[in-house]
Amino acid sequence: MKTQPQLKPAGNLRNDALDEAKRLELYRLQVEIRDCEQRAYDLFLQGLVKGTSHLSLGQEAVAAGFAAAMDKGDLSFCTYRGHAHTLARGVPMEKVLGELMQRDNGLMRGKGGSMHLTSVEHGVMGSYAIIGAHLPIACGAAWRAQYKGQKDVSVCFFGDGTTNIGAFHEALNFASVWKLPVIFVCENNLYMEYTSIKDVIPAGMAHPAADRAVAYGLERIVVDGNDADAVYRAALTAYAKARAGDGPSMIECMTYRHSGHSRADPAKYRPEGELEEWKKRDPIKLYRQRLVEFGIAEAALKSIEAESQRKLNAATEACKAAPMPPEEILTTDVYADGGWAWRN
Amino acid sequence: MAELTYRDAVARGIAQEMERDPDVVFLGEDVGGAGGVFKATVGLLDKFGPKRVRDTPISEQAILGAAMGAAMTGLKPIAEIMFSDFLAVCFDYIANEFPKSHYMSNGQVKCPLVVRTGNGAGSRFGAQHSQSVENWAMMIPGLKVVAPSSPVDVIGLFAAAVRDPNPVIFFEHKSLYAAKGEVPDGEIVDSLGTAKILRPGKDATVLALALMVPRALMAAETLSREHGIEVEVIDVRSLVPLDTQTILGSVVRTGRLFTVEENPRLCGWGAEIASIAADETFYDLDGPVVRITTPHIPLPAADNLEDIALPNPARIVDKIRRCLNG
Repeated sequence: MKTQPQLKPAGNLRNDALDEAKRLELYRLQVEIRDCEQRAYDLFLQGLVKGTSHLSLGQEAVAAGFAAAMDKGDLSFCTYRGHAHTLARGVPMEKVLGELMQRDNGLMRGKGGSMHLTSVEHGVMGSYAIIGAHLPIACGAAWRAQYKGQKDVSVCFFGDGTTNIGAFHEALNFASVWKLPVIFVCENNLYMEYTSIKDVIPAGMAHPAADRAVAYGLERIVVDGNDADAVYRAALTAYAKARAGDGPSMIECMTYRHSGHSRADPAKYRPEGELEEWKKRDPIKLYRQRLVEFGIAEAALKSIEAESQRKLNAATEACKAAPMPPEEILTTDVYADGGWAWRN
Repeated sequence: MAELTYRDAVARGIAQEMERDPDVVFLGEDVGGAGGVFKATVGLLDKFGPKRVRDTPISEQAILGAAMGAAMTGLKPIAEIMFSDFLAVCFDYIANEFPKSHYMSNGQVKCPLVVRTGNGAGSRFGAQHSQSVENWAMMIPGLKVVAPSSPVDVIGLFAAAVRDPNPVIFFEHKSLYAAKGEVPDGEIVDSLGTAKILRPGKDATVLALALMVPRALMAAETLSREHGIEVEVIDVRSLVPLDTQTILGSVVRTGRLFTVEENPRLCGWGAEIASIAADETFYDLDGPVVRITTPHIPLPAADNLEDIALPNPARIVDKIRRCLNG
């Protein structure tokens, strides 16, 4: 069993094979996700985002790194913390923010809400709000690809807390036994909801996803989830493996969420100074520094940042102006015929 | 036309659909090499090969989750959950995933799959392998729910379920697997959402499902022969969609409604129908709607106890006779 070497600190990891366009794409994706998530938070404070929302602030490098490694037809399965992965596949900010604001211009016209972002045309096959549910579902999509001889790969993102639920274990075993083209990605942000993951896994276990994956015949892979290049490189390897018919991978990305679990959580359970330490390793700050060191012009970075703000502001205004969904869609699409008839 | 068992009808129904459409695939525990624990899927592995008939680990969540992922992306999976009691260990898919994905995604995602499962009592298996749980599925918006009582309906309703673009929970009754019936040759395709009047009658309408259908028919025969009471027996067949036209049409003709239900009493399928009948046929009813059900208990293993728990022909006769004469 191969074991991934200990991670070097982010910033020292050079992946010189990446061309400038790919690096700028990785930067742009992270900036856009950060901006949009921050805006979602602001809109919540203004009472415009209703219900709940689970932000990926601080975890942007995982979404960016994987999305940049995907082919167009590849499929993403997300959790309720899925805004980032949805945006990373190219879903417009307006569609995402509109859904968070439960407006008619939202991705699902307000029928799903923030926890269920889905955009089939972008390969976002759903965001699942029941922990662990989507690991087996991603296996099924991968089974279809295997059965039909199609080359797309299904990726399934989830948090460290998911590693303790039964569906995680059933899916890993199933994927391994059937050698499915699926990639499991654990975003280990150190907390299952409000409790430290360390308190709910066996003593001495460092990586609940990667360590357990070994028991299912998978390689133990842990990457720095705050380093978009490291994530991208690990993703590329896993995609190549899956496409070659060599089966599933589990990649555990070590990261940190800057905000609480959901909008209701002030995250007071975190030890003093932890957030500040992680903010020093903010994925976007790190990546920007690296691009500057690589000689990418400041103007190019500023242009990405300005364009993200421009798109974000336009999306926000469009959402604020959008109507709530019409009442007649309350009962549409319960069944595939478009209606809800359960009797004649 | 040939005489077929309910068990053989299951295999024929699956084969009919797999022959028709290469996107139809079949997965479950011991369904392939072993031919199913009830021997209802014997021969399918040999006929369609291990790529289309797949034995799985004992992982009900993985089975249903994989069926859903495959269905969402272009296959038409048939998933077997060996005993319907086990739906409880993968209920997330039944309750939260299959039936909600189409609505939540505003119509983007479709989930055309069938879950076949062995339902019901009579095998002396005790409380965790004997339940009638069709009402668990009936209460969830977005699912379709079917429970055939005869070999020909097994094939026809199964074909309709596989061809339906929605998730369908298909309850096969374990105590009917050995039952025989005439089945026409060639392709058989029925319609979901259709009840069937199996015996006409003017004095009362009796609704039954699955194993309760032959028992209701036996009771009807006795009521006619010994008491001069002519009841109309309707096989409900499909709980969702529910054929209220056939059911209420009969109630209007007879003026009385009885349900014969194997599920435990509270929130059994008949309760919903009783409520509909009360709403919509109140002035046509000559007496209260009466539900004949299994009592609200876990099922015992001992044969004498299990036998008195389920509605049987004698109890059905007694109840109907007393209600109509009283």
